[in-house]
This record gives sequence, structure tokens and C-alpha cells, in this order.
Amino acid sequence: MKQMNCPLNGLRNISEFIYGGEYHPMPDPQQCDKREWVEHVFFHENAAGEVTEWWCHSATSYWFLARRNSITDEIIETFPASKLFNKRVDFSAAQGES
Amino acid sequence: MPFGLLKYGLSKDYPAQQHFTPSDTTLKKHYDVVIIGAGGHGAAIAYYLSKYHGITNVAVLDKGYLGGGNTARNTAVIRSNYLTEEGVSFYRDSVELYQNLSNEFGYNVMMENRGQLTLAHSDAAVRSFRWRAEVNQHLGVRSELVDRQTIRELVPNLHMPEDGRYPIMGGLWHADGATARHDAVAWGYMKGACERGVELHQLTEVQDVLVENGKLTGIKTNKGTISCGCAVQAVAGTSSVVAKMAGIKLPVHSFPLQAMVTQPYKPILTPHVSSPHVHVYVHQTSRGEFVIGGGSDPYPLYNTRSTLDMKESLAAAALELFPFLSQARLMRQWAGITDMTPDYSPIMGLSPVENYYLDAGWGTWGFKATPISGKMMAELVATGKPPALIKPFELERFYRFAQINEAGATAASH
Ligand SMILES: Cc1cc2nc3c(=O)[nH]c(=O)nc-3n(C[C@H](O)[C@H](O)[C@H](O)COP(=O)(O)OP(=O)(O)OC[C@H]3O[C@@H](n4cnc5c(N)ncnc54)[C@H](O)[C@@H]3O)c2cc1C
Repeated sequence: MKQMNCPLNGLRNISEFIYGGEYHPMPDPQQCDKREWVEHVFFHENAAGEVTEWWCHSATSYWFLARRNSITDEIIETFPASKLFNKRVDFSAAQGES
Repeated sequence: MPFGLLKYGLSKDYPAQQHFTPSDTTLKKHYDVVIIGAGGHGAAIAYYLSKYHGITNVAVLDKGYLGGGNTARNTAVIRSNYLTEEGVSFYRDSVELYQNLSNEFGYNVMMENRGQLTLAHSDAAVRSFRWRAEVNQHLGVRSELVDRQTIRELVPNLHMPEDGRYPIMGGLWHADGATARHDAVAWGYMKGACERGVELHQLTEVQDVLVENGKLTGIKTNKGTISCGCAVQAVAGTSSVVAKMAGIKLPVHSFPLQAMVTQPYKPILTPHVSSPHVHVYVHQTSRGEFVIGGGSDPYPLYNTRSTLDMKESLAAAALELFPFLSQARLMRQWAGITDMTPDYSPIMGLSPVENYYLDAGWGTWGFKATPISGKMMAELVATGKPPALIKPFELERFYRFAQINEAGATAASH
């Protein structure tokens, strides 16, 4: 079976992992307009080539990021989310437009 | 091989009738309509444009060959027992068009009306089937909740243990369920379109969509750039890639879907049997092969490779329902790339680019929609206005939070 290198647990069978969607930076909920927010939530690059994605090792509920080639299925690199997220994200609801 | 057949194949008289545009035809400088993708959908749009709207200066471009994409790879299930009003009405009209397709073409698409049975293995599934049956009947689709006794009569070979891991508690019987020969559908549409002047250009890859001031101006291909009045993209698995050429982002993720067939047996299974819970569907073709489908890969990929993991899980699931298949040998197995939307409904209609139309998001359910989407998209192209039947499926629905949550479609339930 194909294997993936979990940053926490090392090399594990791919069946132990759950795909968690594309990684793309979240627009600022206080600033962005509704269309931008919709695209962030529902739309995808869905690129053919190198992509960065969220993955979860389901047995340990550990979320991390991976770079993968979406044509050859080669996993290029996996790394902890802390590499891209180094400060707390403010999720408080946007005011104004509903 | 009979000698006469070989001789005929090598003679000048073969083929007796040229069905499609000869392959040495060069691209013209301008077309009124360019259709990207010669799958069933692209071919059907061209057919309805030329036959019902008199628009014949049309080029259908494909980077591969006619019907070589998901049209060649699907398991050919046709049904309309969906759950949403928009979905049921749309697929119902498609099933109706299918019934007359062989007559319309003068070309046999091998329509087989054998019905479809979906199995419920839980109380929740029974409840949702009751709901689906009500919606279906209200919209004129033959669909009913059936008990174990009826299931036994419909499918005597189905394994129905009282104490099994997945007890069968009831089913949704859909008498309108059918199959057709998928290649013939694409060929029939394309033949009819070519007879009316449409050009098919195979091995012609679209490399860029040219847009100026938000308006489509032309299409760049590996065989030169052409100008056009308007264009439609009908490329299924690569929808996001082609849309991006026009600067459009879609709510689509491309996942491989895998299927396989066994060696042929004598006829013993009449309807199509599907189990969303066990994640498999099975039917026996008129050639005798058992088609086993429903394996969506767990993550996106632009690759039609197959995996042993998926084939094993499909085989295990098929054996839950039909243990007699345990000795069957697999003859073929394959995958196609499916353009999945978050609400399991297609995307048809206008795009953010003027004169550029979308026919995408067909996921695992687009074969059955080929006739009606072709007809509706042709009307859209001819008039510039989305017909009422497909208006709800426009891309804009996402911005209005008006998704069409098609719970009657999951990767394993057709
Ligand atoms: C295994 C499997 C089983 C399925 N089972 C069913 C089923 O039972 N029932 C059902 O209703 N649906 C089913 N589907 C879904 C169905 O097959 C598709 O939704 C449908 O065939 C899509 O048709 P299409 O014409 O839009 O796309 P396709 O037939 O994929 O045609 C698209 C064409 O576009 C061409 N193309 C792509 N990019 C370019 C480019 N840049 N330039 C030029 N040409 C390009 C491709 O070469 C291709 O020929 C299944 C799919 C799979 C993979």
C-alpha cells in the first residue's frame, strides 16, 4: 500500500490518512466581501500539478500539510501546520453585511 | 476471422459510410460555436445545435478521441430517482429522451430498461428512501419503497441474511432505471451533428481561451488559433484546468472513480442493484459480464491509474451482495477522472466570461444527463438565455448559497 510520512508518526499506510482539502490562505472575514468568502469556502484551484493540502492522520487526529503532485501522486513533502501558522487566527464573526 | 471480412476491411469500399469529419480536415479560421471536449456532452450539444437551431458552423475539439473520456469509462447507469425537485425534473427529462434515442438517430444505443434497486441497510436509509419515493412520484418518476419479499422476487440471487453484517431492510425500486451503450451515445450524437455540417477535430488540444474585456474572442489549440462567436466547455475531469484558461475558478475537485467487469456468465441478474451503504453497485450486461462500480478515490488526482486497495474493497463489497461471484475472474478494470461539486449537482449555464458557457461538474452522474444537458445547453448557446430547467444549476448558485444538495447522488449510489 502507498505510504505517507506523517510529521508526528512517521511512515504510515495511506489508508490511515484523511484528505482535508486544499490549503489556501483565509481571507480576513472582517474585510473581505461575500463573493470572496464564498470562493474561499466552496471553490478550489483543483490544479493539475504541484498542490499543497491539508491531511489528517486519523488514528491520532493529527492535522498537517503536504505538498503533492496531483498528476503523478508523488508526495513531495509533509510538514507541521506550525510552519505556515505562527500566530493565532481571529475567527470572530464579521460585522455588517450578512 | 472470415476471409470476406478481412478483404472488405482492406478494400476501398471500407468504411461504407464516413460517420465523422475526415481526420485530415484542417481547422477553419472562424466558427460560430466552438465546443471544447468531444465526450457525450460535447457531441450532444453539437447535435441539438445543428438539428434544432440550424447552427452548423460548429467545431467540436478533443485532445484525444471522440468519447474517449468519461463517456467511455462510465458504467452506463441511467436513472432519475434523485431527491431534489430540480435534480429529479432534470434527470427525468433525460431518461425520457433516452427512450427515443435509437429512433432519433437511426442508430442503436442498446437501451435496456431493466430497472434499478437501491438497498437500505438501516432505518435511516428506509426513511430517506420513503422521502425519495414521494418526491419522485410527485414529479412523475416511477419509484417506490419495497420490502424484503419484493426484493427477493426482483433479485432472487441477492444474498439476504437475517443476521448479516449489513441486513437488507428494504429498497427503493426504480422501474425507469436503465442502461445504454455509452460509446454508441457519443457516436450517434456526433454522427448526426457531422451529417448536418458540424466538424469534429480529434487530437486537437485546447491550450488557451482568449478573453478580452471580459468577452470571449477565440480559442488557441495545438493546431492553431481560431476565432469564434462563443464557446462551451464540456471536459468533465479537466473542467478546472480548462476554466482556468478563461480565468474562471470552479467549485470542483477532480477525483478518480474506479470500476471493473468480470468474465461473462449466463444471464442471472436482471436489474441494476446498488448499495450506498456497502459502497458498491452491480449489474449484468447483456454480454453477461458483471459490472462492479462505485469506487471513488479518497483524495483528488488527475490520473486514471487503478489501485489494488480500491479493487479489493469493491470486490469485497460485491461479494457481500452476490457471494456467488467469489470465483469470478476480473476481465478489465479502469478509472476515469470525475469533476465533483460540493452539492453533487452539475454546473450548467453562463460563466463570468461573456459568450463562454459551462457544462461541468458531472462527477459520477453525468452519463445519464447527456441528452438533456445537450439539449438545454444548445438552447442556451442559441438564445443566450438559460432554459428554466437548468437555470438552478448555474455557477452563480454558490454565491447565493442556493446549492442543490443532491443527496440522491453519492459516488456509490448509482
Ligand atoms: C468509472 C465511472 C463510472 C461512471 N458511471 C456512471 C453511471 O453509471 N451513470 C452516469 O450517469 N454517470 C457515470 N459516470 C459519470 C460520467 O461518465 C460522466 O459524468 C460523463 O461521461 C461526462 O461526459 P462528458 O462528455 O462531459 O465528459 P467526457 O466524456 O470525459 O469528455 C470530455 C472530453 O474532453 C476532452 N478534453 C479535456 N481537456 C481538453 C482540452 N484541453 N482540449 C480539448 N479536449 C479536452 C477529453 O479528451 C474528453 O474526451 C461515471 C464515471 C466514471 C469515471
